[in-house]
Amino acid sequence: MSGNLLNEFTIFVLAIFIGFEVISKVPTILHTPLMSGTNAIHGIILVGAILIAATARDPLQIVLGLVAVILATINVVGGFVVTDRMLEMFKGRQPAKPAKPAETTPPEKTAG
Amino acid sequence: MTVWVALAYLLAAVLFIVGLIELSSPKTARRGNQIAAVGMVIALLATIPLLHFTSAGIVITIIGILIGVPIGAIGARQVKMTAIPQMVALFNGVGGGAAAVVAVSELLLQGSHPPFAVAFPSVFSIVIGSVSFAGSLVAFAKLQALLTGTPITYPGQQIVNGVLALAIVGLAVYLIAIASTPVIFVPLLVLGLVLGVAFVLPIGGADMPVVISLLNAFTGLAVAASGFVLGNFALIVAGTLVGASGTLLTKLMSDAMGRSLGNVLFGAFGSVTAGPAGAVSAEGKSVRSGTPEDIATLLAYSRKVIIVPGYGLAVAQGQHAVRELADELEKRGVEVEYAIHPVAGRMPGHMNVLLAEANVPYEQLKEMDEINDEFKSADVALVVGANDVVNPAAHNSPGSPIYGMPILNADQAKNIVFMKRSMRPGFAGIDNELLYDPKTVMLFGDAKDSLMKLVAAVKAA
Repeated sequence: MSGNLLNEFTIFVLAIFIGFEVISKVPTILHTPLMSGTNAIHGIILVGAILIAATARDPLQIVLGLVAVILATINVVGGFVVTDRMLEMFKGRQPAKPAKPAETTPPEKTAG
Repeated sequence: MTVWVALAYLLAAVLFIVGLIELSSPKTARRGNQIAAVGMVIALLATIPLLHFTSAGIVITIIGILIGVPIGAIGARQVKMTAIPQMVALFNGVGGGAAAVVAVSELLLQGSHPPFAVAFPSVFSIVIGSVSFAGSLVAFAKLQALLTGTPITYPGQQIVNGVLALAIVGLAVYLIAIASTPVIFVPLLVLGLVLGVAFVLPIGGADMPVVISLLNAFTGLAVAASGFVLGNFALIVAGTLVGASGTLLTKLMSDAMGRSLGNVLFGAFGSVTAGPAGAVSAEGKSVRSGTPEDIATLLAYSRKVIIVPGYGLAVAQGQHAVRELADELEKRGVEVEYAIHPVAGRMPGHMNVLLAEANVPYEQLKEMDEINDEFKSADVALVVGANDVVNPAAHNSPGSPIYGMPILNADQAKNIVFMKRSMRPGFAGIDNELLYDPKTVMLFGDAKDSLMKLVAAVKAA
């Protein structure tokens, strides 16, 4: 197992650097969605919850396993759905969808 | 672990990384979240060959998922956009709780004298997971106004917290190095929960986003630790990614508020003495309040209006009304822009989401650095439900708790219109001298109501 532990530790250290690197340049408007998105990713604990729930035998293990699976499922599902809802709001602005602004006669684009 | 499982986990890890990269750019953010979700499904499916279900095991797994999915999905769908921050806190907290429970369960399986490689990460996951769980619940309660948003402090608090932390370290060392029985996890779990509560209570409501982000990073680390306990690569990689990126994000958020992380987390202890020195006394000062008609005339005959939206706008659900007002003004040839403070609303980026919901054109939303020089040339700064983010005390009263925070220079506009419910101070709990400025006109009332009145009055003007 010690070789395994070393592998795990290597991956751990490398993942720290990747984690820092991937979000080093984020505009402020994305801070909240990004937090929520990373929040969903740590819902991976559902894998761990299922691993311990699957082998449950005695009552204590059953209770712990059930609690872990419920909590982790809420984390995964809620995390991804709420992030998607937030980002859904952003879609309307990029495609030229100026149905409303077009009615307002002065096109203020060139105002400077 | 078979080769195929390992390769599937690798694929999931790559999808998480790609998802995070895409989440960092506005154009690709939504797809990034979906890519990460695909990675999650792959990681879950890949785990199936590893499972050796007992009959009870398969039942509780299925029941657990059947209970969790609707709670998560309905909670995330139904929550109002204004309440998103506390919802994220809640989802984060349950993740931390799950990590702690997984570690407890695995530690118990090991029986007496658990090996170091299990005992150490278990203890870490139990403590950090329970701190995150309890801390997130307190953050939720503060944002949901179940608890007061002002810092809750008492004499000797730092000592109590310090003793708590020391007790946890001592117990952890005892469990890892000496104890033959893993049952000692019970006091560890309890102390972790108490520390989580004690840690978040003294932090003000306005700083909750930073705290939630920090607890989010904590949960990531707890998940990674649980990954070490179970020897599962998917947990280690995903948990560590979140732990690292969450830590950096926490720093970016406190930078956006012009504060150090230490000041955010422990600032309340100093503010007791700083408060009186920095606060502007309201006594003997008068405020000018105007009717919607007066203010509508002022707005309608301006050349340039800058709207400063704040949380008050969001709680009043006034996003649509404010856009209507802007449309009316633009019809009359008034140039309208929105000045978005980095922490407007309850979280960085929160206000952008709310205004996007009301179809405010993206080009009109200006970030602080972009617009701060434009206030000088603005006829009116229309402050809707914001307060602390335009408080000049941040510039000129060194004793104030918000001194040094970057603010919007609304005070430089020729006229300032404040739409507020009352003279109550903002979330930071300090008075705003700008309210007493001779250039300032107040319009009291619910932001949405007032905006509707303004729209009607501008149409008539």
